[in-house]
Amino acid sequence: MSITEILFWFLTALALLSALMVVFSKNPVHSVLWLIAVFFAISGHYIILNAQFLAIVNLIVYAGAIMVLFLFVIMLMNLNAETEPQKNRWLWWAGTIAGGSLMLVIIAALKNTENQMAQIKGGDIGLIQNLGKVLFNDYVLPFEISSVLFLSAMVGAVVIGKKD
Amino acid sequence: MTKLTYLIPLFPLIGFLVNGLGRRVLPKSFSGAFGSLTVLASFILSVLIFMEVRVDGFTAQQIRLFSFINTASLNIPFAFQIDQLSSLFLLIITGVGFLIHVYSTAYMSNEGSDHYARYFAYLNLFVFSMLLLVLGANYVIMFIGWEGVGLCSYLLIGYWFKNGDYNNAAKKAFVMNRIGDLGFLLAVFWMIGQFGTTNFSDIFPRANDTAPAVLTGITLLLFVGATGKSAQIPLYTWLPDAMAGPTPVSALIHAATMVTAGIYMIARSNILYTLAPVTPSIVAVIGLATSILAATIAIQQNDIKKVLAYSTVSQLGLMFLGLGVGAYTGAVFHVMTHAFFKALLFLGAGSVIHAMHHEQDIRNMGGLKKHLPVTHLTFLIGCIAIAGIPPFSGFFSKDEILMGAFAHSPVLYFIGTFSALLTAFYMFRLYAMTFLGTFRGTHEQEHHLHESPAAITIPLVILALLAVVAGFLGIPEVFAKDAHWLQHFLAPVFADSTARQEAHAISHNTEYAMMGGTVLAILVIMFYALKKFGAYTKTGEEASGFAKLLANKWYVDEIYEAVISRPLRGLSVFFNNVIERSAIDGIVNGTGKFIQYSSRQLRWLQSGQVGSYILIMVVATVVFFIIQIFGK
Amino acid sequence: MPINYYIFLAVALFSIGVMGVLTRRNAIIVFMCIELMLNAVNLLLVAFSKMHHATALAGDAATMVGAEAQLFVFFIMVVAAAEVSVGLAIIVMMYRNIHSVDINFLNRLKH
Repeated sequence: MSITEILFWFLTALALLSALMVVFSKNPVHSVLWLIAVFFAISGHYIILNAQFLAIVNLIVYAGAIMVLFLFVIMLMNLNAETEPQKNRWLWWAGTIAGGSLMLVIIAALKNTENQMAQIKGGDIGLIQNLGKVLFNDYVLPFEISSVLFLSAMVGAVVIGKKD
Repeated sequence: MTKLTYLIPLFPLIGFLVNGLGRRVLPKSFSGAFGSLTVLASFILSVLIFMEVRVDGFTAQQIRLFSFINTASLNIPFAFQIDQLSSLFLLIITGVGFLIHVYSTAYMSNEGSDHYARYFAYLNLFVFSMLLLVLGANYVIMFIGWEGVGLCSYLLIGYWFKNGDYNNAAKKAFVMNRIGDLGFLLAVFWMIGQFGTTNFSDIFPRANDTAPAVLTGITLLLFVGATGKSAQIPLYTWLPDAMAGPTPVSALIHAATMVTAGIYMIARSNILYTLAPVTPSIVAVIGLATSILAATIAIQQNDIKKVLAYSTVSQLGLMFLGLGVGAYTGAVFHVMTHAFFKALLFLGAGSVIHAMHHEQDIRNMGGLKKHLPVTHLTFLIGCIAIAGIPPFSGFFSKDEILMGAFAHSPVLYFIGTFSALLTAFYMFRLYAMTFLGTFRGTHEQEHHLHESPAAITIPLVILALLAVVAGFLGIPEVFAKDAHWLQHFLAPVFADSTARQEAHAISHNTEYAMMGGTVLAILVIMFYALKKFGAYTKTGEEASGFAKLLANKWYVDEIYEAVISRPLRGLSVFFNNVIERSAIDGIVNGTGKFIQYSSRQLRWLQSGQVGSYILIMVVATVVFFIIQIFGK
Repeated sequence: MPINYYIFLAVALFSIGVMGVLTRRNAIIVFMCIELMLNAVNLLLVAFSKMHHATALAGDAATMVGAEAQLFVFFIMVVAAAEVSVGLAIIVMMYRNIHSVDINFLNRLKH
């Protein structure tokens, strides 16, 4: 077992465990922290797949900006574990079983597919240089339009969150 | 002149529309006068057309107004046919109809103005339908009129709709007629299937090449229609009940015109009946049986209108006998004379009822002779005419039918004569109990006895004159050669049938002997009846034995009740209780209950909680995945 | 690495996200679970991009096949960031109105 594989399994285990902890944590702040752990694990996977740019962006945007936003909101509202009494056990089981069966069904559907290899080390399409070329050659218009999206989201967030 | 034929039914239709739509605003004087005038206008036109038709060598004319049903394989025009037969009926309908309209203006004067207008609207609609019936150049147009008169009969019998019994009588008439009409309708369908047309002028020439079985079927079905409309066994029971309507209605619809529609129809289709092997015998036998049955019942009836109603049924039976034995002219002749004297008798009865303040039981009458002189005289003329005493009209027409029956079979003749004798008996019983003897009603009634107004007596007098002289239109050959004007007149209509009938020459001596014997017997019975019932006093005892059987009308209504109505009702109850309640209601209510129940269950799905919605979405996604991936 | 591993990992993460959405009632946690699902998809996209790249490399050493998928992930992140800012604003407004972030109180849809 090579070092890459060890790393792969480690990151996988970390992602799954952290994801479960996101769901089962009583305290929302803990959930946020576990989610950050998930994002780190996923970024690690990106690095293994030699998608360095995405790994960094993932960390900056998700783990950095978005989760901080979440934390801010949680702290603003002063939420803690007692605010969410889980009364309906039936709904809890139903949700768990539904989610589990969704996973089982999809896995069962895909387990017999032709097994191809994803290139892990090597391959340089994930480098900033190459992605930048493609982005600014072929996708420059969507990229610019996404700035308009951001602007409108910003305005929207301000309008919605305004106190009146 | 025949170009204007369409105006004849149009005038009463206008009268119907004006009176019917304006019944709330029109004053009584207007609606009565307008209703009568429209019929008078039709009568004048009918006379003008008759003048044209009576010329020798007139051939039947079709007047095509527009296309009524027009498909690739079937073309039914809305067309009228003018020939000797329809022209004669036009005269009877509009003439008698006009007199009865005039009579009604006085007879119905106690009604409120909107009901008065409604009455005249119905009456005009009836005249319109009847004219359509006799004018139609094909069976479909005839059927429209046929149904129309049935409807008007229903409406007018139930004219006093606040009385439940009257409504039941109206419904009975309608249902009985419907049974007959179904036969007519099936015959029309059969004709369309067989000939591809319903035009008289197309069907009759082809009858000769048609299989006898088909002709028998068609004619029998047509005869079923006739038994309904013309009150023959087994569908006659509605006619006596139809006396619930106002008396002029009984005179017009249930004596003079509508009930003769069956005779008209068979006379119109005479060639079919002549060619059909079995049907004429059936027609004759049923006519004769009806005649005897109704005559016997009439003997024991005490309601003045019921006696006349059974008398009508009996006379109609005689007409069918005439049709059955091939004496078509005689039957039509009797239709005409019967229209005069029976309308006269009904109107006279109406005058009596009017004077007696709606008392109809002849046991409570008597001695009206001196109070109602005009009515008395005209009624007496009517009685003599219907009894068949020469030289009044009934003698000639009845004699012609009976002679036709004799030519066919002496048995028919003797039974028919017996019916004629019964006629004389019950008519003079009726006359004697009403007008002779002493008054048996209350003092109050006696105090108010009065002769009816001119609008009532003038039609009586006119009809009485007609009842006296109409017979001379058909003087039999024994008395004078070629004096039978009507036979001459109608010859073109019945030409084909006459050509196919074997001539039965009856020697003049035989004929004289039979006539003399019959008249003598009638006179004897007349005097016997006058003597027996002239001094009638109320005894209060119930009829017994055979008389009771007759008074209860042979229990025919009860038999129908037991044989047809009760099983049907039982079946209906069964359907109602079992099929309707359990099965159909069960399905309907079950559907409702199931939807209610399932809705109540499904309501939990719409909790309004986002979580449950997402859950359902996920479950559905899983299911779709399963179906999509593993369902193949 | 076989692509199946990545598929199973992504499906597992996605399902955990679904489970979280279904079981938790805290709107913020639900929101976070949605982010988790988005990331699972992102991971799958990157894995597939590398798979296709590996296949294409066999024919052409200078190919850029697969770069689009990674750009796609990039755009998803852009949109997700915008979505989170608006979504959190909505949650804040909801908290301000009903003083709770429990989605079971959001049952106005029933009426």
